[in-house]
Amino acid sequence: MSLALIAALPFLGALLPGLMIRAGRNACAAATGSVTLLALILLALQAPAVLRGEVVQTRIEWLPALGLNANFFLDGLGLMFAGLILGIGLLIIIYARFYLAKSDPMGQFFTYLLLFQGAMVGIVLSDNILLLLIFWELTSLSSFLLIGYWKHLPEGRQGARMALAVTGGGGLAMIAGMLILGNIAGSFDLTVILQNKEAIQASPLYLPALILILIGAFTKSAQFPFHFWLPHAMAAPTPVSAYLHSATMVKAGIFLMARMWPVLSGTFEWFVIVTSVGLITMVMAAKIALFKDDLKALLAFSTVSHLGLITMLLGFGTPEAATVAIFHILVHATFKAALFMTAGIVDHEAHTRDLRRLGGLRKLMPVTFAIAAVASLSMAGIPPLNGFLSKELMLQEAATVAWPNAWLVGILATLGALFSVAYSFRFLVHGFLGPVRDDYPHKPHDPGFGLWAAPALLAVLVVLIGLMPNLMVGWLLDPAASATTGRGIFTNIYHWHGLDAAALWMSLAAIGGGLALLGAYPRLRALWDATPRPEAKRIFDAIIEPLAEAARQLTDSLHNGRFSRSMVVAVVGIAALALLAFLTATPHAPSTRPLLPIDPVVLGLWLVIVIAALATLLLHRRRLVALLLTGIVGLLIAPMFALFSAPDLALTQLSVEVVTLLLMLLALNFLPKETPVESRPIRKLRDAALAGLAGLGIGGLAYAMMTRDPAFDPISAFHWAQSKPGAGGTNAVNTIIVDFRGYDTYGEIIVLGIAALVIFALSEALLRNPAVTARLAVQPRGRESGDRHPMMLVVATRLLLPMAMMVGVYLYLRGHNMPGGGFVAGLVFAIAYLMQYMASGYDWSHARQRYDHHVLIGWGVLIASLSGVGAWAFGLPFLTSGFEYVNLWPLEQFELATAAIFDLGVFLCVLGAILLALASLSRLALRTGEGPNVTAHDLEESR
Amino acid sequence: MEALLASVIGLLSAVGIYLTLRLRTFPVILGLTFLSYAVNLFLFTAGRLTLNAAPIVGTTDAPADPLPQALVLTAIVISFGMTAVIMIMAIGGHLQAGHDRIDLDEDKA
Repeated sequence: MSLALIAALPFLGALLPGLMIRAGRNACAAATGSVTLLALILLALQAPAVLRGEVVQTRIEWLPALGLNANFFLDGLGLMFAGLILGIGLLIIIYARFYLAKSDPMGQFFTYLLLFQGAMVGIVLSDNILLLLIFWELTSLSSFLLIGYWKHLPEGRQGARMALAVTGGGGLAMIAGMLILGNIAGSFDLTVILQNKEAIQASPLYLPALILILIGAFTKSAQFPFHFWLPHAMAAPTPVSAYLHSATMVKAGIFLMARMWPVLSGTFEWFVIVTSVGLITMVMAAKIALFKDDLKALLAFSTVSHLGLITMLLGFGTPEAATVAIFHILVHATFKAALFMTAGIVDHEAHTRDLRRLGGLRKLMPVTFAIAAVASLSMAGIPPLNGFLSKELMLQEAATVAWPNAWLVGILATLGALFSVAYSFRFLVHGFLGPVRDDYPHKPHDPGFGLWAAPALLAVLVVLIGLMPNLMVGWLLDPAASATTGRGIFTNIYHWHGLDAAALWMSLAAIGGGLALLGAYPRLRALWDATPRPEAKRIFDAIIEPLAEAARQLTDSLHNGRFSRSMVVAVVGIAALALLAFLTATPHAPSTRPLLPIDPVVLGLWLVIVIAALATLLLHRRRLVALLLTGIVGLLIAPMFALFSAPDLALTQLSVEVVTLLLMLLALNFLPKETPVESRPIRKLRDAALAGLAGLGIGGLAYAMMTRDPAFDPISAFHWAQSKPGAGGTNAVNTIIVDFRGYDTYGEIIVLGIAALVIFALSEALLRNPAVTARLAVQPRGRESGDRHPMMLVVATRLLLPMAMMVGVYLYLRGHNMPGGGFVAGLVFAIAYLMQYMASGYDWSHARQRYDHHVLIGWGVLIASLSGVGAWAFGLPFLTSGFEYVNLWPLEQFELATAAIFDLGVFLCVLGAILLALASLSRLALRTGEGPNVTAHDLEESR
Repeated sequence: MEALLASVIGLLSAVGIYLTLRLRTFPVILGLTFLSYAVNLFLFTAGRLTLNAAPIVGTTDAPADPLPQALVLTAIVISFGMTAVIMIMAIGGHLQAGHDRIDLDEDKA
């Protein structure tokens, strides 16, 4: 359970910041931090086992038939990533507390941050790839919220949209790839997939799956040609950039490639695609980074470049290279997060991030300078910092690659490192060295401890890992690399590889070349500015704009405001599909069931229903008449049900029909009483033909179905057999509703409750609209009787109320064994109350109502839920019912069933929903100029 | 008997479809009510027709199929909820727009 809990904690904790912000910004940040810290502690508790080489697993079966299980596992790779995500997350939370301005909604920020954190932890802990995909999409969504956090900035909104479009699109490709992979392996569990290397690589679908998964990984990790979204995402607040765009989200693609490395790598396709994409990205992005003036843009392209480096290493396909890749992930996270935070501090203090306006900060911000110096020298790969170690190892690996020839990859890797040196020094030299200027937008000085504590800690780590790599990270690196490559890896990282190591000379060339580039910077810059370059955003917009326009046109042509056309299209479409199914079916089965002889009562009912239905058709313009005729049809369906052995349906149909009629009568108050002639005869003819054909088809289908036996045995034999022994009731319909299919019913009463609340909300909105209330006040009031609340009706309904309630209680109590139950009882109660409203008026009845209708709905759902949850206490699934026979003198033996508690919930919810729906409509009536009535039966004096 | 019920289902559907193709809200809602009747009856007949055999244990050995009955029972209650929601929408539309046409434009096709 604990792995699932680690992933769930940030999600649960996401509720806290919004609440805690009321207690102040410190409380809010502390709450967020403690959630992350708790998750980190839980992770640390698992760490010893993982470091011993074990794999910790948590398996929660959800839909095993579909391969959908909430399975988690933790190995060395997962531990390293989860540790990075939570550890750096904690630092970011501290940093963000001091970075965000007073006017920024901090609660929102930390909620988004925790959502993102949970999604990331979910990715690295998932065993099931379908679960992983869900978390993957969640990172795209939550990062969208984070990048667009400053909603007032158009760049923020555009950057967020671009990031979502690119990473979300890649995610779609990855879903396809993962499904293919799961199909080849025969399981959606990573632990199984990772064992099936041969089967997967031999499959003809290996290449499509590989490409689709790589698209997902490349878009997420900003690899060429999808790299362009990352710099635009820099419009986010700096804590977001430091967290998402250095340490976590962009590493998700890398993580996935590392995770899949044992099964996907080692082929020529993998090598060519991944290596070349990584190499191109590394060199190209490093070159662009050199010419960026915005500190964050420089760091963004540098991040893209370093991600390319890691991708390239994974592409080589050798265990050694993969180990270096894992090492560099750790190293990069430390120095890059520190650099982003430094850039944020500069921006925070000097009010600019533009290198052309900075310089000389060394004297003004000594602490910040120290942090920036350590981190950027590490980024440049200067010994003895940790960036030097991983760069040396990278160059060493690159030098051994012999494709397409012995030297190309090595040369290009050196070139990438050379640009890397150049932009790292530019960050430091142009930003911090040089003379102090007097034209900063704001006089900079070192910030408070809170802001520099987090990057300083990371800078210390940069130095310590650089000095003592094996001691500092060896314990984590070995299990992580072993988990990635699937074989035991024992690293030993040296600073000095000897004079004959190629990496030494490549490294020296890079440092020398990089410094030379920086020396010639003004001339290079002029050349760069003069060269035309493709602008990624413009290309992106050029692709997206026509797509959006096409979607808009399609939507507009489908939704042109003519509902009647949609109805015709729907009817014709459904009829055409039905006809197609009928014509293409295999030979239709002959009718096998004997016909029932015609019963005179049914014939009589049939006659009245047919006449009433036809009359409705003819008289539908006179709405009141049409409504009454509809009521006749509905009411007569009830005895039909009763005759065909469905007493429960008859009761329900009867009572629902009454309520529906009342509702429609009430509604007709606010609508015109006549329907004008609008359709031309040709249209009427078309509609009549359509309706006639569809009716013939449906009737024919019903007849065909009734005269044939089912193709498969109905499952209801089980319900019938188990009704008494399994559910403890003799009424099979009721036991299905409250027990066998209780979950359906549970959903249905919630839907009913929601429908009633929607009606309440809509009527509330109408009543608040001045235009509507004005129109209500001038509603024409037709002829009315002078006696608004006839005394006979008032007296009769009051006498009826207790009797109706008794009938309701009776129906409820016997429901489990005889026709009745919560639904019918609720309806009977509702009708009894509605009659009070009708007879004595809204105000009079409302004043005597003790419980709000909303409360009834709420209690109903709550009681039904509790009766379901109660089963958990006995270790049974949700909504399992139990029953017991009780002897209580002087009563006869009777039965107590938990299903009755559930049925009570149904009863309350139905009652509340119906009363709320009708009461909401009645409130509109109060505005039609009808004054409140004080007594139960008042005469209108004026008439 | 089967033919009687089938013809009722067909007729109610036809009336329902014709009314839902009208241009004002009230007939459309009446039409949907008719369609609910027809669909509920149709689903009910999926259990085939049985006389004098309510599915109550102890009263019969060859009961009517209880499953379609249970499904239709909840469907009846839900269709009330649906009717009520579209009714308040129709009222709101009429009160806000001043007419109860279902189409936005004036074109009387």
